[in-house]
Amino acid sequence: MSTFWLLVRAGFRRHSTYRLALLAGMATNSVFGVIRASILLAALASAGTDIAGYDAPTAVAFVWWGQALLGTVNLWGFQEVNDRVRTGDIAVDFLRPVDPQLAYLAGDLGRAGINLLARGLPALAIGALLFHFAWPPGALSWASGLVSVLLAVVVAFAGSFVVNLLAFWLVEVRGIRMLYMIVGGLLSGLYLPVPWFPGWLQTIAQWSPFPSMLQNPLDILAGRVVGVDVISAVGVQVFWAVALLGLGQFVLSAGRRRLEVQGG
Amino acid sequence: MSAIIEARELVRDFKKTRAVDRMSFVVEPGETVGYIGANGAGKSTTIKMLTGILKPTSGQVRTCGLDPMRQRIEVARRVGVVFGQRSQLWWDLPLRESFTILAAIHRLDPAAGRARTQSLVDQLEMGPQLGTPVRSLSLGQRMRAELAAALLHTPDLLILDEPTIGLDVLSKQRLREFLVAERRERGTTLLLTTHDMGDIERLCDRVLVIDRGALAFDGTLAGLGATVGAQRLLVIDLAVPTASLTGIEGATLVANESQGLRQSLAFDPQTTTAAAVLARVSAVAQVRDLAIEEPDIEDVVRRIYAASRP
Repeated sequence: MSTFWLLVRAGFRRHSTYRLALLAGMATNSVFGVIRASILLAALASAGTDIAGYDAPTAVAFVWWGQALLGTVNLWGFQEVNDRVRTGDIAVDFLRPVDPQLAYLAGDLGRAGINLLARGLPALAIGALLFHFAWPPGALSWASGLVSVLLAVVVAFAGSFVVNLLAFWLVEVRGIRMLYMIVGGLLSGLYLPVPWFPGWLQTIAQWSPFPSMLQNPLDILAGRVVGVDVISAVGVQVFWAVALLGLGQFVLSAGRRRLEVQGG
Repeated sequence: MSAIIEARELVRDFKKTRAVDRMSFVVEPGETVGYIGANGAGKSTTIKMLTGILKPTSGQVRTCGLDPMRQRIEVARRVGVVFGQRSQLWWDLPLRESFTILAAIHRLDPAAGRARTQSLVDQLEMGPQLGTPVRSLSLGQRMRAELAAALLHTPDLLILDEPTIGLDVLSKQRLREFLVAERRERGTTLLLTTHDMGDIERLCDRVLVIDRGALAFDGTLAGLGATVGAQRLLVIDLAVPTASLTGIEGATLVANESQGLRQSLAFDPQTTTAAAVLARVSAVAQVRDLAIEEPDIEDVVRRIYAASRP
């Protein structure tokens, strides 16, 4: 078995040990799903028409797939690498004959896998029981949707990894992470679909990697983006995955050169 | 085979301080080297430069003939490291899985990886803990597991940074016995930093002393003792309270406790013997019990510091 795959499995197993936390996450996602779906339905009802290509079933699907992917895609980022730089445990990562970014990516894919299975899909099922929503319109939407989810996980990981690496210079990046969470939550389409934004904010979002972390897979899975448009939605994600992973490599090697291992 | 470690004029500066100051030393294959010094003397910084974690400010370092900064991954394949205060195991997973993952990371053939794991687990008596999550292991169990993890890929060089820190006497003993056996079997080169002088006495045939980032001594343990005149201590319990045992030839009184019931005499093993000192004491007082204390290396090191600091 390849090293990468083993590390994916380790991430999966590691995050599956805390079953109660997964259950709690699922319950929270479901409750917020009900609230968010109700708000979007109310907005659509008061508009009396579709908004930017979302009718009621599409909007509800957008919300519930979003809730299902919230634990899967690490939208708000992680703290682990920052912590390891802060405590000096990052030294151990450099003692292994693997690329640290690749190793952490593998671990995050495993984390995403268990969260999708144990937290995302049950939340989606609850949504499907309570609301009427549109399923992906065909096999192509399902398949490209899954690819898009995978890319979203990679883009979200790569972005957060870069933020974490700033710890090489700042030691503690909690403040920047907070900003990243707020901006990322908004621009990824978590609160409202990006096409509902005013024009200027849409422009900002479209030039940022955040829609690639949530909006794009949601649009494909909710059936709002179909046909040829799927290719450009996925293409943008591929671009951001490559760009952010590349940036991460660059920052990692720059950080390593100025590393001061904390805590002896 | 060329040298395992070659450091030449190695310097590392941090913001305000020079942690390592023009260190030069060579370690040949099969040597066991104790690397000792006070806290903050620069031990860990040196190790991190040897393994490619830290970039030297200047100077040269070769580990297994490789440049650790440029060839970190190749160095990592040939070196095993245990940082006593850090863990390389997967905290939330059963111990067994850490070994599986590390074997894969080091690209061991699966069968060979399993065989090596089994043999390390047997030698370190870790079998019952294989199914236990690492977070639930005791410190002693975890340190043995860390050692097994560092040796899994059969490295040419094993670096141990404070491996016995916080361990009880029995756990220390087991760890040392294992290291002695491992070394006898494979001839692994060992570099060890420690505050526990028992580690050095039991494991090392060469000692490097680092003081304020610079090398203060390089030689054998016996040589270290001779350099600073390490003395042995004869602790004598007397039958009745006795006046201070001054004037014993070849020995000096260093302590007198319990109104003269227990007195300690220091002597230099190069010039006299414990038996001779005892005979001289027996001539003037009735000895009930005695103990001989070996040179305390911490004390020896302290004297080296004192000597190198004007």
